[in-house]
Amino acid sequence: MRAALRIIALVIAAALASTAAAQTDDATLTKLVADLGQKSFSKKSKAIDALFATGDPRVAAILEAMLSRNLYKQKSDNAILVKTKKDGKSVYQNPLTKTAIETTSKLKKVRINNKLRKKLRGAIGSLSLQNKDPVKRIAAADAVFKSRTKGMLAPLEAALSSEPDDAVRDRMRRALSAIQLVHKSDPEVRVAAVKTLGEFADPEVRGLLNSLLVKRGDGSHAEANVTIRAAAEEVLTAAERSAAFWGTVQNLFQGISLGSVLLLAAIGLAITFGVMGVINMAHGEMVMLGAYTTFVVQDIIRTTAPGLFDLSLFIAIPAAFLVAGAVGVAIERGVIRFLYGRPLETLLATWGISLVLQQFVRSVFGPTNREVGTPSWMQGAIQTAEGLTLTYNRIAIIVFSLMVMGVLLLVLRRTWFGLQMRAVTQNRPMASAMGIRTGWVDAMTFGLGSGIAGIAGVALSQIDNVSPNLGQSYIIDSFLVVVFGGVGNLWGTLVGALSLGVVNKFLEPYAGAVLGKIFVLVVVILFIQKRPRGLFALKGRAVES
Amino acid sequence: MSSHRGFILPYLTSAPLGGRILLGVLALLAVLVPFLNLAFPPESALHVPTYVVALVGKYLCFALLAISVDLIWGYCGILSLGHGAFFSLGGYAMGMYLMRQIGDRGVYKDPILPDFMVFLNWKELPWYWYGFDSFPFAMLMVLLAPGLLALVFGFFAFRSRVTGVYLSIITQAMTFALLLAFFRNDMGFGGNNGLTDFKDILGFNLQSDATRIGLFVASALALAGGYLLSLFIVKSKLGRVLVAIRDAESRARFLGYRVEHYKLFVFTVSAMMAGVAGALYVPQVGIINPSEFSPANSIEIVVWVALGGRGTLHGAALGAVLVNFAKTYLTGAAPEFWLYFLGALFILVTILLPKGIAGLLGNAPDSWTAFSKIGARLSSLFPGRAP
Amino acid sequence: MSEIQRARPKVDGGDTKFEPILYLDGVSVAFDGFKALNELSFYVEPGELRAIIGPNGAGKTTMMDVITGKTQPDSGTVLFRGDVDLTKMDEAAIATLGIGRKFQKPTVFENHTVFENLELALAGDRSARASLFFRLKDDQLRRIDSVLETIALTNLQDTLAGALSHGQKQWLEIGMLLIQDPELLLVDEPAAGMTDVETEQTAELLKEISVNHSLVVVEHDMEFVRALESKVTVLHEGSVLAEGALDTVQQDERVIEVYLGR
Repeated sequence: MRAALRIIALVIAAALASTAAAQTDDATLTKLVADLGQKSFSKKSKAIDALFATGDPRVAAILEAMLSRNLYKQKSDNAILVKTKKDGKSVYQNPLTKTAIETTSKLKKVRINNKLRKKLRGAIGSLSLQNKDPVKRIAAADAVFKSRTKGMLAPLEAALSSEPDDAVRDRMRRALSAIQLVHKSDPEVRVAAVKTLGEFADPEVRGLLNSLLVKRGDGSHAEANVTIRAAAEEVLTAAERSAAFWGTVQNLFQGISLGSVLLLAAIGLAITFGVMGVINMAHGEMVMLGAYTTFVVQDIIRTTAPGLFDLSLFIAIPAAFLVAGAVGVAIERGVIRFLYGRPLETLLATWGISLVLQQFVRSVFGPTNREVGTPSWMQGAIQTAEGLTLTYNRIAIIVFSLMVMGVLLLVLRRTWFGLQMRAVTQNRPMASAMGIRTGWVDAMTFGLGSGIAGIAGVALSQIDNVSPNLGQSYIIDSFLVVVFGGVGNLWGTLVGALSLGVVNKFLEPYAGAVLGKIFVLVVVILFIQKRPRGLFALKGRAVES
Repeated sequence: MSSHRGFILPYLTSAPLGGRILLGVLALLAVLVPFLNLAFPPESALHVPTYVVALVGKYLCFALLAISVDLIWGYCGILSLGHGAFFSLGGYAMGMYLMRQIGDRGVYKDPILPDFMVFLNWKELPWYWYGFDSFPFAMLMVLLAPGLLALVFGFFAFRSRVTGVYLSIITQAMTFALLLAFFRNDMGFGGNNGLTDFKDILGFNLQSDATRIGLFVASALALAGGYLLSLFIVKSKLGRVLVAIRDAESRARFLGYRVEHYKLFVFTVSAMMAGVAGALYVPQVGIINPSEFSPANSIEIVVWVALGGRGTLHGAALGAVLVNFAKTYLTGAAPEFWLYFLGALFILVTILLPKGIAGLLGNAPDSWTAFSKIGARLSSLFPGRAP
Repeated sequence: MSEIQRARPKVDGGDTKFEPILYLDGVSVAFDGFKALNELSFYVEPGELRAIIGPNGAGKTTMMDVITGKTQPDSGTVLFRGDVDLTKMDEAAIATLGIGRKFQKPTVFENHTVFENLELALAGDRSARASLFFRLKDDQLRRIDSVLETIALTNLQDTLAGALSHGQKQWLEIGMLLIQDPELLLVDEPAAGMTDVETEQTAELLKEISVNHSLVVVEHDMEFVRALESKVTVLHEGSVLAEGALDTVQQDERVIEVYLGR
């Protein structure tokens, strides 16, 4: 059935193509190839037609060689050879068998002119349309769309009729409509073509349709037919609307993605600052330590068990939690516990700690960025026809940050430790009187907040440079998120982080990244002054003391 | 009882011992350093090299900056982590004057436009550069630019009662925002590279020894003036109200004091002092760029004050000189070690020396008592373990 | 005590006599759903000494916060001298108007001497400019000296307030209220943490003050309230439960229930 269809299609098609499902025998083919070497351009042209008509899979390569002027005629026997480069030397091959040929005879380049060049391109294009690889077929269809050569109409129709793959068919229809629009005269066909093109609202299609609407200097339109102009306009308006919509969706995604990064960085702070009231300026360095832990874990995996590399992040997450958490406990026991109730001093002392940690990491790992690899499952992106690009690593971070948030809420609300923690923060003397070791709870709470910062570092190592300054770039943002969301309120942190992220991304196109950031800073500064206790403020006497 | 009353003139004599020492040292420096620099030939052992003059001049600017921070932190409890912004604004105002003084001696020989504007293909001077060819105008801006920023920022912050660490964090965000803004080329302040390649000030060549000495003496005078102004403020009843606000803000409100007015006044004065410090700093180091706005710089100022002793004024000056001397020495001798040192300083000063060096010396005349105080503090930190 | 009388001549006759100096009507304040004040209404006449009692959480401190401008009520009217709407003003404005407040926890300026504390509280221009160029005048000095005598801290006037005992701090704070010379004084638990003798002396002091000031005293200590010999208002769950002489109030069934359990 398909063969029959193909035959019918090909018969309808112009003389360029004729049926040749089977492989032509080598003798005939050799003869036809030799015809390429004739002197007259019109005879060469006929030879190209004949070769093309065979449909032999080897023809495309020969025509390409001809196009790139790598085809030579051997003077002695008029045989055609293909010149290729091997180890920097020119080697001549038999075009069909690809065997290298030592030649002593004089070689003459097979010359082509512009007309032939065009013909060759078309022929190669339509041969690629029949390629076995669907990716190559799509590439061929897109190439046809770009060139819009009239001659490609028939081969394209032929290829379309036999194309099994839906995705490839779409690209072929797109190319076909473009040719129909440009080269056909029947208005109905052309309006239909415009409508078909409307299904593909990518920039190339929009460019083509826009070119119809251009007004020439003398007032006439590039496209004379009013109906077609109207159809094009309609399609374009719809396309713009859709593009604006998908642009918003893309912005939203990027905003949420940035917001989830902020959330990860701020969520540990929401515990140490929000719950305990400790201003930890070394919080950013906990994030940085987490990122370096990821680097070390990957380094060990690379040298000992490279097969586990895709799992490296899953090993790094608990490792980073433990490293940053342990450092956090050490900081709390070593410094912060002497400074409870003196927030400004705590701020200064922890700033000192952050300097020491930065310098320590700089001494050990060097001042430059360290390379942290991305597991294969996090590479790549989802791309939709509407131009939406969702990278896997961003999606992973969004999901991950929400998971961290969820687990944290569970720990705080449902575990014994969470209960003790809330008891200590609400009424320290009473908790102490009830036998809770408040010092231990302080240390563990601070360790938990720091550990989460470490986990954030694992995630950030996937999208940011891992350098000793990593933490510095997040500390101010994190504080703003926590303060903006309302101190002591994890949901506020979530909303604060996401809204700051989204606002940032939506401002970027208008103001540029830096101005956008400045603008957000100013807005948050003003906001804090309006509502000093944040978005979700706790009200009442207890808060003010 | 007499100490409570009558201070408009006698406040000078009522300066604490440390303050009198500070003023004495400044007077000595202002006379001796120029003399030793100009009167002795370079090969003489008594000659003070010009680079040392510039270095000490820089320390004096930092000391003035530290006093400005102490005025608000030590006496009013406002911990500004953005004072570097006021310092830099003063510095930029001076830098703009110095840029205009270059005239057509720049690389591109443009009589009006500074080199970086020519490089950016700008055709005319932005409006906010007008007037900076005049020294008095530029000096006015040295005071007004930081002063206005402090006034507007403080107005909003104090009116809505942002206090404590919240205030610290938003001052930090303020200087961070300015850092980002000044990095931009189209702001018209030279972007990344800032303002540099200055030639002369008031017609005097900036490279000459005499000009250097002049700037040095100006810095010493500014520091003395800033100290006396601050002393006047803190010794007045206004100063006592500030301390009252620091210790019990709402009590002060219930007594009828408009806390926000007091804070705004002292914050603005302090910002202007920081601006003057910046303006004197820039010609002595020859450059001002956006990195001066970085939050790390601002917070470093705080540790100078903390080390020297907050709430004493002269202690802040002492702390600034000590830390910066250590910085000069360490970044030369062991650059790796500098951040460890600075970090450790932050931690140790806040835990062991909450009153700073001045507090230590002020209450304990001999050093033995001072050390025993640290010992007592250590043992209070580790009950049962200390000797 | 002549000093106090000299400082504030007694209001005689005039319309103010018939107008309540403090008037609260239907005042409600809620914190996250918890009603700290619930339709609270009462008034204080000029020159009156009023004691307010009530169990924990009855809304006593919140009521003070509302009167002094620290907390904005959700609804209701708060009038001073019959026509000044206090809900529209901030703390400093209300203090300047003539309402002084003593906190539950004694709050004095610990890094100032006793003398300086009184100097700061001294009635006068509160603006920053006036403070910068302020000089103590002779009559002001005499006034401080007399208040020092009243609160029995003359010998300690150069001591840092932070070094005072708890009772002395309470008295210093009362002294600061006195020298501020307000028309209405709000005093929150003045006897808390005092010895019996001190308590007695404090009650005497307040009674003397009430001779020419309006005074609202919040207190837990029944002995102290009895010593004040004043009208008593009982607060419960943010509104007035009973009002009258202490003996009458103590007979009230509902008051007994609230205080002695349910």
